[in-house]
Amino acid sequence: MTIKHDYRPQTKIDYSSYLYILPAFIFYTLFVLFPLGDTLITSFTQWNGISEKNWVGLENYYKNLSNKKITSSIKHSFILIIFYSFLPIIIGLLIAGIMIRVKIHGMATYRAILFLPQILSMIVVGISWRWIYAPKGPLNSGLDFFGLESVSRAWLGSFDFALPFVGLIGTWVMFGFTMILFIAGVQKIPTELYDAAKVDGAGATAEFFNVTLPNLRGEIIVALIFTVTLALRNFDLIYITTGGGPGTSTMIPSMFIYKKAFQMNQVGSASSLGIMLTLLIFTLVSLILIILKEKK
Amino acid sequence: MNYKNREKIIAHSIFLLGSIFVLYPFISILFLALSEPGTRVSGFTIPTGIYFDNFIKAWTGGGFNHALLNSFVVVVGVVSVTIVCSTLAAYAFEKLDIFGITPLFALLLVGLVLPYESIVISLYYSMKNLGLTNTYWSLILPQIGLSIPFSIFWLRASFRSIPKALSEAAMIEGASRFTILTKILIPQIIPAILTLTVLLFMWTWNEFLLALVMIQDADMRTAPLALSYFAGNKRYGDPAITAAAAIWVALPVLIAYIFLQRRFISGMVTGAIKE
Repeated sequence: MTIKHDYRPQTKIDYSSYLYILPAFIFYTLFVLFPLGDTLITSFTQWNGISEKNWVGLENYYKNLSNKKITSSIKHSFILIIFYSFLPIIIGLLIAGIMIRVKIHGMATYRAILFLPQILSMIVVGISWRWIYAPKGPLNSGLDFFGLESVSRAWLGSFDFALPFVGLIGTWVMFGFTMILFIAGVQKIPTELYDAAKVDGAGATAEFFNVTLPNLRGEIIVALIFTVTLALRNFDLIYITTGGGPGTSTMIPSMFIYKKAFQMNQVGSASSLGIMLTLLIFTLVSLILIILKEKK
Repeated sequence: MNYKNREKIIAHSIFLLGSIFVLYPFISILFLALSEPGTRVSGFTIPTGIYFDNFIKAWTGGGFNHALLNSFVVVVGVVSVTIVCSTLAAYAFEKLDIFGITPLFALLLVGLVLPYESIVISLYYSMKNLGLTNTYWSLILPQIGLSIPFSIFWLRASFRSIPKALSEAAMIEGASRFTILTKILIPQIIPAILTLTVLLFMWTWNEFLLALVMIQDADMRTAPLALSYFAGNKRYGDPAITAAAAIWVALPVLIAYIFLQRRFISGMVTGAIKE
């Protein structure tokens, strides 16, 4: 046994390995991590985008939290979560619960159609729905047709209806995704579990709560994270359908960030709102994972 | 048997109903776009004839020849660089021993969840200081950075599914790591790379906020941005022309979707799960 045998190549750090990750991390650092750090620093300043940054500490954050328009915009986001996340997940689960063991022809076509809203630009989606909701658009024409002229109105121009009607667009975008995700998940559940439930005399409802729901835990986590994140971000759709209006009735944080930074020149304040939105999303995603993740 | 049939009928009805609900807005906007210019369309009637005038008006009026070309340039730039960088990095993460791999990977996780709405302000001022706003660079470079976390996660999982024996055999024969990557490993994950390409194409094509912030010059607008200006300017004008413009913007992704729907769907479902 000579000394040379101690010379094991595995223990040596091969610096050329880092060359493989270098290009990716240069892009990632310059265009994601650096802007994030920069935003954090700007969030502690008062800045109009041109003059010197003025250090104000946490003032922007305090002001945001006491600004009624901003707190209500966060509330709007939570209302949108009901439409973007809860409704599609409930619809998807109910349908997946009905579809256990049902194998039908044409599934591929249905799947392709149901997925369509996922692949299109939210600007295109928003323009389509703006037309549906337009004063002389299909929805109102339909209502008139059934003699409900008194109900029809400019839906997106209404203080009461704009937010839920934007929310329904989110439901429309998402329900196909959750349906397909859950139906695929249900098909992976071993049939023995359902047979066992039958032997125990479980009805359809018990079967759903005892077998289907627990076994879809992974899919539900995925759907929640995906839809909740979109509901909280959601810039494109709000921008093209309502722009936050009428008034501030459909205003959401991402729209505020844009308006503050690029129309009102309150860059520091906009940055602090950006950090708050980031923290909110991180917190909700962590909560979803902590509460629903299987304990091992 | 009867029971099974009834189940199938229920399933078909549910899917049909869902499909109609999904398709209705698209069909109604298609009818609107194909309607005779100047006629009042209620959206609740079937058009009497097919007219392409709205499409021509939208194309010339909205500058969509520029916009579609700009979008293609940005897509090609983002997708090609992202794929190359992410493949190299994913290979290193999965197959090479790297000191400090866990913190680096945790850093990437941040990028997966981060809402980029919050960093777009900083990106704008950096690009402005470099004199790069209104250029392809201001759209391509940030989107590469933003696409990299997901792409690395995606490709790393694909590399993991390759049996170790394959690369070990080549290593014994003295092949270099780069040769092993390009000649042995990459051919194994071509389907995963193609799916990733489709996803990146779709996301980049549909990207809106970055373009809205970076581009002021009308000739530099991407397709969704041009559409939003067009729709904004004509808000009280002819909705039929706006409808036609929306179809122009959706068309490239729609065509890709018709041919590659399985890749789109499996990509988005498994992609969401991997996240």
